[in-house]
Amino acid sequence: MTHGTDELQSILGDVVTRLFTDLVTVELRTAAESGAWPSALWQAVEEAGLTLPLVPERSGGAGGTWRDAHVVVTAAGRHAVPIPLAETILASWLLAEADLPVPQGPLTIAPVRRDDALRLTPHDGGWQVSGIAGRVPWGASAQHVVVVSSVDGRVMVALVAAGQARVETDRNLALEPRETLTFDRASVIAAGPAPERVPASAPMYYGAMLRSAQMAGALAWMLAQSVRYVTERRQFGKAIGAFQAIQHSLALLAGHTAAADLAAANAFRAADRGDPSFEIAVAKARVGEAAGLAASIAHQVHGAIGFTYEHELQFYTRRLWSWRAEFGAESHWSEALGRGIASLGAHALWPYVTAR
Amino acid sequence: MATFHFDLGDLPPETESLRTEVREFLQEELGDFGPVRRAGSWGGFDRAFSKKVGARGWIGMTWPKQYGGHERSALERYVVLEEMLAAGAPVSAHWIADRQSGPLLLRFGTEEQRQRFLSRITRGELTFAIGMSEPDSGSDLASIRTRAERVDGGYRVNGTKVWTSNAHRSDYMIALFRTATDPANRHAGLTQFLVDLRSPGLTIRPIVDLTGEHHFNMVMLEDVFVPADMLVGSEGSGWMQVSAELAFERSGPERYLSSIALLLELIREVAPEPSERAAVAIGRLVAHLVTLRQMSISVAGMLHAGQNPNLEAAVVKDLGTTFEQEISEVVHGLLGLEPSVDHGTELQQVLGSVMERAPSFSLRGGTREILRGIIARGLGLR
Repeated sequence: MTHGTDELQSILGDVVTRLFTDLVTVELRTAAESGAWPSALWQAVEEAGLTLPLVPERSGGAGGTWRDAHVVVTAAGRHAVPIPLAETILASWLLAEADLPVPQGPLTIAPVRRDDALRLTPHDGGWQVSGIAGRVPWGASAQHVVVVSSVDGRVMVALVAAGQARVETDRNLALEPRETLTFDRASVIAAGPAPERVPASAPMYYGAMLRSAQMAGALAWMLAQSVRYVTERRQFGKAIGAFQAIQHSLALLAGHTAAADLAAANAFRAADRGDPSFEIAVAKARVGEAAGLAASIAHQVHGAIGFTYEHELQFYTRRLWSWRAEFGAESHWSEALGRGIASLGAHALWPYVTAR
Repeated sequence: MATFHFDLGDLPPETESLRTEVREFLQEELGDFGPVRRAGSWGGFDRAFSKKVGARGWIGMTWPKQYGGHERSALERYVVLEEMLAAGAPVSAHWIADRQSGPLLLRFGTEEQRQRFLSRITRGELTFAIGMSEPDSGSDLASIRTRAERVDGGYRVNGTKVWTSNAHRSDYMIALFRTATDPANRHAGLTQFLVDLRSPGLTIRPIVDLTGEHHFNMVMLEDVFVPADMLVGSEGSGWMQVSAELAFERSGPERYLSSIALLLELIREVAPEPSERAAVAIGRLVAHLVTLRQMSISVAGMLHAGQNPNLEAAVVKDLGTTFEQEISEVVHGLLGLEPSVDHGTELQQVLGSVMERAPSFSLRGGTREILRGIIARGLGLR
């Protein structure tokens, strides 16, 4: 799923696809769902240099772009990869933006919900963090948490050791860890001011962008799998893909898959160019809508077998149902878009859209 | 499976000055057009307007200069087009010729035909109609029965074309006729012709659509003589030529912008502080609009690169027309206003206009069912 003619991205795409194809098996996903941490997979991904695409090379990263991250994260979605890769990419970018050291190992970010806030307070020449952050992805398996918080109107990024939080475990529909972290004057390893392009809402925005790409990747897998299934499954003496009703369902799935992929890619490109908040809102709203439709079509054409745990389809559809709600559902981002456009006025819609 | 994908496209920065020029032009020409008139979208027919567009060099933009074209890029043409459509400009007098008849002649026409027609098209002086459907041949185009028989110096044509938009105010019709019958191959024996709409034996009868307007026609041909030099391409290659032409017909921004006037009226109605419900509904439509535009630009980029984005064009048209049709449903659901023809508020009238025209969006230029069949074929299912 490369975009444009960038050869490096095409090579990167091949690398991640090969790695995930080899390592992300049904057994691995199943083990992850019962709480096992896939350490060999994590190590391979880290060694391949996929976890820190936006961290400068001098700090141990790949020194790449959001478009590179897009390739990696879309592939992670396409393979339903059960590690906090998107979260680590975002957390390490935040650290790099604030000129903070980037540790090895899995990272996560907090807070991830609109109404949660963590407080940073100065302490003994350093900082402490307090507050409750719910639904933190891989809050128990990540080694460090990257916190974004406003201090006296200034956006700060802080690196906190995961052991500093009291953890209440929880999971999403796809049985991915989603923890509640409680910090009580927990000590901060390092903290620094974020540059202007990183607002306090950065975890929400960029988290939504990353989930959009993961969902677009999952949709691409579901389309390919659905086409494969309907050409193999025979009823009434022919492959069910020969029936017009099935063909039209999959044509619709193909359209929404293409739209989702382009909407997500557009957000990542915007992130490389400047303020991507508009494109991210568009992406999460558009991809989230496609996700619901796609899950419904894919299950319908798969029949009863697709409803079993044994069939791989459920790894994808359960993720989609969770991911579309995380970092703001379609209604959240649509409302933000609608309010933004309405405040500019009808006459501004077209000029605004064409100027992005 | 699927060999189709959309690369993220980009309009080059130099198109921005062109965009500004087009906006200024439209501001001047359509300044007094109200929303209801703009809602007519690309159905509006105005030869004087088309001549002005031609004078600006915005018809046949990509064609060679020797035929009156301007040798500009497909992406520059795209910018002109989307600005015209977003403003609801009355483009239909030059639109068909610019979009498909001209490109068809450039690709398959004789040198003489190009010399004779193309530069007049670029000046906005020639209007074309498309004669494909017949009373018994809609989606199943290969079943057409209008026959062109060889006679001395040309062909004698008998049959009936239907749903021929603007035939009554066009100069020529590019029509598909049967020149031979091969029971083993329905797609063989079809040929395209340029037909002078003032030919003896040709009768144009109006078909009034459900909005009460007259765009459609029935074109009856009784022993109409078509000179041999009006055959387009080669005899028997009509099916291949028409398929190429339809890619142009399906690929443009007109396939998602037909109802934009209503979206603008909705925003005007609830701005600047919409209810939560209205904000969500508008934002969702904007997310679709922006994504469809990206898809459409992507297709324009493929055309620009000389590719044949047939499949991608079908995807854009399927999603785009669904979006166009949804807007009136969203407005109805949100506001519950009675749609109207010529009374009530401007919003009610724009709603009425779009609602009445909406069924045609997924019929014209290939029905939704035909498009999904094309996409399914691309997926390897047919």
